[in-house]
Amino acid sequence: MNDHKNNKEPIIEVTDLETYYGQRKILDGMNFSVNRGEIRVVMGGSGSGKSTLLWYILGLYEPDGGQIKVLGQDINKIDFNDHLKLKQNIGVAFQSGALFSSMTVGDNVAFPLREFTDLDENTIRIITRMKLEVVNLGGFHKLMPSQLSGGMIKRAALARAIVMDPKLLIFDEPSAGLDPVVASEIDDLILSLRETTGVSVVVVTHELESAFKIADRITVLDKGKNLLTASVEEVKQSKNKRIMDLLQRRSRHDKLDPEDYLRRLTQENYTLS
Amino acid sequence: MESKLINYEKDDSHCTLFVQGDVDLSNSSQLRKTILSALKTSPLVEVDLNNVTYIDSSGIAALVEGLQYANSHNKRFVLKQLSNPVKSIIELARLDQVFTIED
Amino acid sequence: MKINLTDKIESLGQTVVQYLERLGFAMRLFWDSFYWLIVGRKYKQRLRFAQVVKHIKSDGVDALPIVLALALVVGMMLAIQLIYALQAFGAQSQVLLAIAKSVTREFSPLITGIIVAGRSGAAIAARIGSQVVSQEIDALKVIGVVPVRYLVLPPLLALIISMPMLIIGADIVAIFGGALFSVGKLDMSITAYMVESFEVLVVGDILQGLIKSVVFGVIIVLVGATTGFYVTGGAEGVGKATTTAVVVSISFIVLADMIASYFLTQ
Repeated sequence: MNDHKNNKEPIIEVTDLETYYGQRKILDGMNFSVNRGEIRVVMGGSGSGKSTLLWYILGLYEPDGGQIKVLGQDINKIDFNDHLKLKQNIGVAFQSGALFSSMTVGDNVAFPLREFTDLDENTIRIITRMKLEVVNLGGFHKLMPSQLSGGMIKRAALARAIVMDPKLLIFDEPSAGLDPVVASEIDDLILSLRETTGVSVVVVTHELESAFKIADRITVLDKGKNLLTASVEEVKQSKNKRIMDLLQRRSRHDKLDPEDYLRRLTQENYTLS
Repeated sequence: MESKLINYEKDDSHCTLFVQGDVDLSNSSQLRKTILSALKTSPLVEVDLNNVTYIDSSGIAALVEGLQYANSHNKRFVLKQLSNPVKSIIELARLDQVFTIED
Repeated sequence: MKINLTDKIESLGQTVVQYLERLGFAMRLFWDSFYWLIVGRKYKQRLRFAQVVKHIKSDGVDALPIVLALALVVGMMLAIQLIYALQAFGAQSQVLLAIAKSVTREFSPLITGIIVAGRSGAAIAARIGSQVVSQEIDALKVIGVVPVRYLVLPPLLALIISMPMLIIGADIVAIFGGALFSVGKLDMSITAYMVESFEVLVVGDILQGLIKSVVFGVIIVLVGATTGFYVTGGAEGVGKATTTAVVVSISFIVLADMIASYFLTQ
C-alpha cells in the first residue's frame, strides 16, 4: 500500500520490445524506462512507433518479443485480477478524449469509481466534481461530450484519467488540435498534477514548445527504436541529424528543391523517392 | 498498519480527531463515519491531519462530507495542521478556500 | 491487365479466411458473454442489471408497436392467400388451422426477427462501431472493463428475454388479423375463431416459434457486435457496418429458420 513513497524503482521498464503489424515491424528492439515522479515526453515522426509504444505499455496488445514492466510487474505475465489492480493505478487520456458519448461528463468521470470501488453515490459525486474542478470544468458535469469544445474534451478526459488517483498518467497528444492558449493550459495542468500528487507522466506529443515546457526528459523515437533519451537542453543541442530534422520540421519548406517542387506540382505520375 | 488510523480527544464543547498514516480507498469510509458520528455529538469537530502521510480523493471527499454535514446542522468543522501531502491535494482542488484551516 | 488464375484463387481464399475469422470472432463473443456472466463477479466484471433492463426496453418493448402492426398485416395477407388457394380444393374451412400453424411456427418469428435485425442489429453495430472509431473501446479496456461484458452481454440477454415476448404478441395479433378476413367466409364470430385457433395449436407449434426467436435474437446481437468491432475507416465505416449488419443478420436468420424448421418439424 505504501509503494507511492518508493521512488527508487522505475515505474515503466520496457526491454527489447518487438511488435509487428501484419508483416511490418513497428517496434524494433525498443528500450524505454521512466522513473517515478518524472514527466517524460515521447516524440518522433509519424510511423516512429510512439503511439504503438503506449498501446503496448497499456497492455492493449501482446508483444511479439521483449518485456514490459509497469510498477514492477510484467504486464504480460500477471493474472487478470493483478492486471486489473495495475490498471487502476494508471490513468489514460486519449488523443480524441475517448469520452463515452452516451454518458454525461460527470458520469464519464465517475465511471471508474462506479465500476471498481464500493464508495457510495454521495462520495462518488464529491470526488467527480472535485476532479472536474481540478481541470477547470467545475459545474460542467451535466453536459454531454458532444456539447464540449476540443479543449474541454481533453480536460474532461484528464479528469477521468485522474479520478482513481493513479500513480502513472499517460497522455496521448494533449495539445493536438488545440489552439496554443488552450494547449498551454493543459501543460500547466500536467505540471501542477505532478507537483501536488507526485504522479509520473508519459506524454506523447509532436508539439516542441509543449515538450520543452513540461518534460524532465525527452525520448526521441525513430523507426521503432529509442534514438535518444535526454534532458531538454541536451535534446536542443543534439547534433544528430534525425533530431535536428525533428526540431526544425517547421522550417522544412524554406529549403525546398525548386525543381523537385515543380515536379511534385506538375507530374502526373510523381511518387516520393 | 498496527497503529490506529484515528485517535480522538473529546470534551463537552469539542472533539478533536487525530488522523495518521495513509488515507485511501481501504479506510476512507472509516474516516467518514468517524467524522459524521463526531459531528452528531459535538458542536465543534477538529480534524488534525499533521501525521497524514498520504490522502487520496476518497479521503478528501470524507472531509468535504464532514463540512457539508456541519454546515447544514449549524456545527463547526475545522481542519488543523495539514501535512504537506494533504495541503497540496487540498490546494489542487482549491478546497483551501472552502475549509476552515487552522495551524 | 491480365489477372491470372492463381491471383483470383488467392483473393478468393483471403475472402474466405476473412469470413471464417469473423465467424470465429462471433462464436468467441457468444462464449465470452456467458463466461463473463458466470465468473464476472470474481473479476469485478459484474453484469449491471439496469443495463439489461434498458436494452429490454429499447430492443424489445419499443419494437412492440411495429412488430404487432406487421403481424396484423401478415395475418390478413395469409388469410387472403390461403382462402384463395384452399378454395380450389373446397377446403377453405381449413384456413383457420393453416393460419394458426404457419403463424406460430414460421411467420411471427421471421417477421419479428427481421424487424429486430433492422432496429437492434443496426443499432448495436452502429454503437460498437462508433465506439471503436472514437477509441471508447480502448478506453474501456484501459479502465479495466471487459468490452464484451459491458457492450455485448446486456443486449444479448435482453434479446434472449424479449424475443419470445414479442413472438407471443405477434402470434396473437397475426391470428387476429387472419380472423378479421376469414370470419366472413367461414361464417363464425371473431371470438370463436380465436378460441378455436388456440385449440388447434399444440405446445410444439408455439415452442418452435419461441426457440427460433431466441436463436434469431442471438444471431442479431452477434452479427451486430461482430460487424461493429470490425469497423475501420471512421464514420463512413460505421455506416457500412450498419448496412452489413442488417443484411448479414437477416440472411443468417432466414438460413437458421430453414434449418430449424427442418429439424423441429420431424
